[in-house]
Amino acid sequence: MSIKNDLKIALVGNPNSGKSTLFNLLTGLKQKTGNFPGVTVDKKSGRMKLPDGKQAELIDLPGTYSIYPKTLDEQIVQEVLLDADHDQHPDMVIVVADASNLKRNLLLFTQIRDLNMPMVLVLNMMDVAERRQLKIDLRGLSIDLGVKIIPTNSHTGAGVEVLKNVLAQPLVKSKKPFYQVKGLAEKTIEDIKSEFSLDEDYRAYQYAQQNVRLKFLPESEKERIETIKKENGFYDVPTQSQETLGRYALISDIVDRNIKQSTEGNKATLSQRIDRITTHKVFGYVIFLSLLMLIFQSIFAWAEGPMDLIEAGLAGFSDWVKGALPEGVVNDLVTDGIIAGLAGVLVFIPQIAILFGFISLLEESGYMSRAVFLMDRVMRNFGLNGKSVVPLVSGMACAIPAIMATRNIDNWKDRLITIFVTPFMSCSARLPVYTLLIALVVPDDYVFGLFNLKGLVLTALYLLGFFAAILSAWAMKFILKTKHKGYFIMELPGYKVPQWKNVGLTIFEKSKTFVVEAGKVIIAISILLWVLASYGFSDNFKNAESNVRQELPTNASEEEYNIALNAYKLEHSLAGSFGKVIEPAIEPLGYDWKIGIALITSFAAREVFVGTMSTIYSIGADEDDELTIKEKLSKEINPKTGKPMYTMALGFSLMVFYAFAMQCMSTVAVVYRETKGWKWPLIQVVYMTAVAYLSALLTYNIFS
Amino acid sequence: MRNLTHLRIHEKGIIKGFTDEVLSVKLMEMGCLPGTEVSLELIAPFGDPIAIEVAGYQLSLRKIEASSILLEEV
Repeated sequence: MSIKNDLKIALVGNPNSGKSTLFNLLTGLKQKTGNFPGVTVDKKSGRMKLPDGKQAELIDLPGTYSIYPKTLDEQIVQEVLLDADHDQHPDMVIVVADASNLKRNLLLFTQIRDLNMPMVLVLNMMDVAERRQLKIDLRGLSIDLGVKIIPTNSHTGAGVEVLKNVLAQPLVKSKKPFYQVKGLAEKTIEDIKSEFSLDEDYRAYQYAQQNVRLKFLPESEKERIETIKKENGFYDVPTQSQETLGRYALISDIVDRNIKQSTEGNKATLSQRIDRITTHKVFGYVIFLSLLMLIFQSIFAWAEGPMDLIEAGLAGFSDWVKGALPEGVVNDLVTDGIIAGLAGVLVFIPQIAILFGFISLLEESGYMSRAVFLMDRVMRNFGLNGKSVVPLVSGMACAIPAIMATRNIDNWKDRLITIFVTPFMSCSARLPVYTLLIALVVPDDYVFGLFNLKGLVLTALYLLGFFAAILSAWAMKFILKTKHKGYFIMELPGYKVPQWKNVGLTIFEKSKTFVVEAGKVIIAISILLWVLASYGFSDNFKNAESNVRQELPTNASEEEYNIALNAYKLEHSLAGSFGKVIEPAIEPLGYDWKIGIALITSFAAREVFVGTMSTIYSIGADEDDELTIKEKLSKEINPKTGKPMYTMALGFSLMVFYAFAMQCMSTVAVVYRETKGWKWPLIQVVYMTAVAYLSALLTYNIFS
Repeated sequence: MRNLTHLRIHEKGIIKGFTDEVLSVKLMEMGCLPGTEVSLELIAPFGDPIAIEVAGYQLSLRKIEASSILLEEV
């Protein structure tokens, strides 16, 4: 858009090959995350300047073990490479391979090489290879593989400048393919080549192998390929296994010829020794739980300060805008609609940053795959999968990044169940609601003189969310039917010292994604809610000023008048009318229309509940802290019973409602995006609201 | 027939073949080729999943998947 890129370069490689580290080294902060058109796969791209002054766009394609995709993310690699008209189709490919584990890494390389695109092979992790005492004959390897090879060490950055220089030179395409695929299906390949006027045998062969999956081919062409395959007796799976065997045979010869191991590495490596502890049947779980506790604690302890700063800063900004702009609708829209919405988004940045900092550390170090390994059997009982652990834990901070983190679950059923139950986990937005209500209705007693009752209630609420998630997953296991058979074949990479640059970039990128993606929805809803709360059609709303003047004693100050006016207006606004409309439905739970308004407005985000309550109970903006809201609420009298409104029964009923209800527009939006349709988000909203309603009803009746 | 789940911890075996064709394609991509030596390295608590050392790295897989990998008789 702004700067024209001279060429596109794609970065391809196995997971754990150091591909992302190399990407970060090449592009630095000049990265952006977007979406591939039509799919919800993150597209990471960045700009870099080549030594000859040219601008290149570098695209970091998802890590994959072969050109045959197993997950949504991997599918994109094949689409981008096979579809010459794709807007990310590269002019050049960098294949990154782990030098310490070359055979497996070269499989993908040879497949891409046979698509006959200009390419260069980067042998990364040369340091690890050296430590394993591997002697690599780079010249011989380069000749045998027919490609330019650049050795790099992405820890030190060695080799990166050489790579840039090579990218600036024209790369020659190899004349003949590495592996002669023609022998497997000569007639099919010839037919497809002439039908689609393709040059490379392997490209035509890929059309035959993957015709169903290739999105860029129209239905008619897919059928044409199907007919060609039928005519020639082409079967996908057996041919693919022959191809894989054939490639490995060639690779094996070349690697054995060019790589010598000076001493046999037979002693247990450090990684193996660490594994004995991290996957131990006692210590394994102890370590895992301790890490969870640490993350959980940090999210609450460290995020508090920055969150207060952000809130105070935006409140100050809002006041400044209020003063600077002329009074009126625009002023209110900007301050109460847009800035209030913005505050609702930005305030979560500290928690998201901390959470993703930890997740990135765990992934970088290699521990994450051990946690998955450890938890898989346990999670499977509930229709989940070892890989569901990360989203569920992340859900305790915020369901939005958590649901985004389900992408590496390759089994669709497991992934859907994880997405479905993650919003039950108690996220940080519930905390303000819980704190207010607990302060209001739970006495400051100690149980056994040791446990603070308020703390116990809070813990119970978190457990409630966890069990709701687990039980719902278990139920869904029986309801959902899928044809897909998922598998759980996963590399356990060696342990590594995390690289701070990668951790930092992950934090930056995830926070940015959250602000942009969730921010759009939250601000839109916030404006909508502002409209609902600021406009009304009843006569009472129109005559608000004079009505309030009449109600108030004549000696009331201007401030008292304004506070009363705001409350009056909210009561008679559209939101207030809705609150009264739903009152009969929520009465059995012990709620009145005032809580009804808060329920409606907090559908944007749970924490809005606190703000709405303070407006309804007409608390001046200056004293908008929990203490004063608490005082006001505790004085509220139930008009029917004549006793205090906020009893323990009502408090618990509300807490349980917020524990289960899907009161979060942004989560709905993310689920829509991840499941590519409205079916699942709608089912989820209905289900969670039903669970919330029934549980709140039960709770109210138990305690009253 | 002997399969991967019959190995004891740190015991080695040679891959002979597979019982599940679709799964075998994925396993071969990951370096589990007939004739390759594997060794059982880790068993998760509750006996499942397991991790094997193959082609110079560690691969974890569920028991049901491991049982589709047949080993040479000793």
